[in-house]
Amino acid sequence: MSSTTSGAATVTLDRVSAGDQLPTLAIDVTATTVVLGALASRDWRPMHHDHEFATVRNGTRNIFLNTPNQAAWFERYLTDWTGPRGRLGQITFRMKDSIFPDDQMVFSAEVTDISTDPVGCGWVALSIALSVGDKVCTTATARVAIPIDTNDNPWSRSGDQWQPTPN
Amino acid sequence: MTATDGVPAEVTALIGERQYVQTANFDVEASHVANTCSATQNGNPLFWDSDVAAELTGGPIAPPTTVSLWIRPHYWEPGAVGEQLALKVHFDLKETFGLPEAVMTDNTLVFHEPVRIGDRITHWQVLRSVSGPKTTKLGSGRFWVIDLEYVNQDETLVAVESYTGFGYRRDES
Repeated sequence: MSSTTSGAATVTLDRVSAGDQLPTLAIDVTATTVVLGALASRDWRPMHHDHEFATVRNGTRNIFLNTPNQAAWFERYLTDWTGPRGRLGQITFRMKDSIFPDDQMVFSAEVTDISTDPVGCGWVALSIALSVGDKVCTTATARVAIPIDTNDNPWSRSGDQWQPTPN
Repeated sequence: MTATDGVPAEVTALIGERQYVQTANFDVEASHVANTCSATQNGNPLFWDSDVAAELTGGPIAPPTTVSLWIRPHYWEPGAVGEQLALKVHFDLKETFGLPEAVMTDNTLVFHEPVRIGDRITHWQVLRSVSGPKTTKLGSGRFWVIDLEYVNQDETLVAVESYTGFGYRRDES
């Protein structure tokens, strides 16, 4: 199922099928998780670090994970599975409920499609859920390029050879 | 959009227009990459191992989802007055419609050429739509869609991002 790049596993297209489930990832969220993520993404807005602002002004129950940090968590989740040769083409997500300190957030995903585009790049489409308990807080879809075989590297594609959205 | 949506003509006129073209005043750099990977416990060797980066991407790059990081203003800098805000079109709309609170609900990112360490990113914002009045569990307000387009110092497209924001006023209960 995998080749290695400096010891890191890499998924190849020939070993992936629609319906495959990715391993789940569970993270215990703390205030530090939220604040660290906001500041790492240079998001200084107070609802991501100031409890009183979040609860009194925004009406949420605590500070909450910011949007760019959620994107970064999705990237981490997906490339944990693909390995370093996996290259994100597109990700779309809808945040229906916020992620707060003391939540355990759980990422899960299913492969919904595999394809090879007209320039020979291999793609995996995924449906992703970010849940807390029984509640799905964020839903996402992603399109990720993965090697078609152990000699392929999607990162080597540029210009017309890289088509991050389907035609 | 209809006249009954109550969207002022000056807002309608901005739909599709490029606004706030800005070039970052700092380069893409490795410590911010490490901060992001640390904050998400991301052990992808592409961002930690220079040999892997050299092999796969011809040198170090930033995680694609960090793209907005590279254009966000410093919280404070000499000569700056007031809070320095990213996504100014979003805050303009809050002010125009008198909506004191806002959250983001949807985000789409499309990644083109990789962002490399040492790049200097320029971006602009494009208002795509404004909804009529809506009420959610947070309050009453409007949704809007704003695109951000990012290019590097060679004017090569690196990403396009689309945000859906909901500006609102909390309902009195």
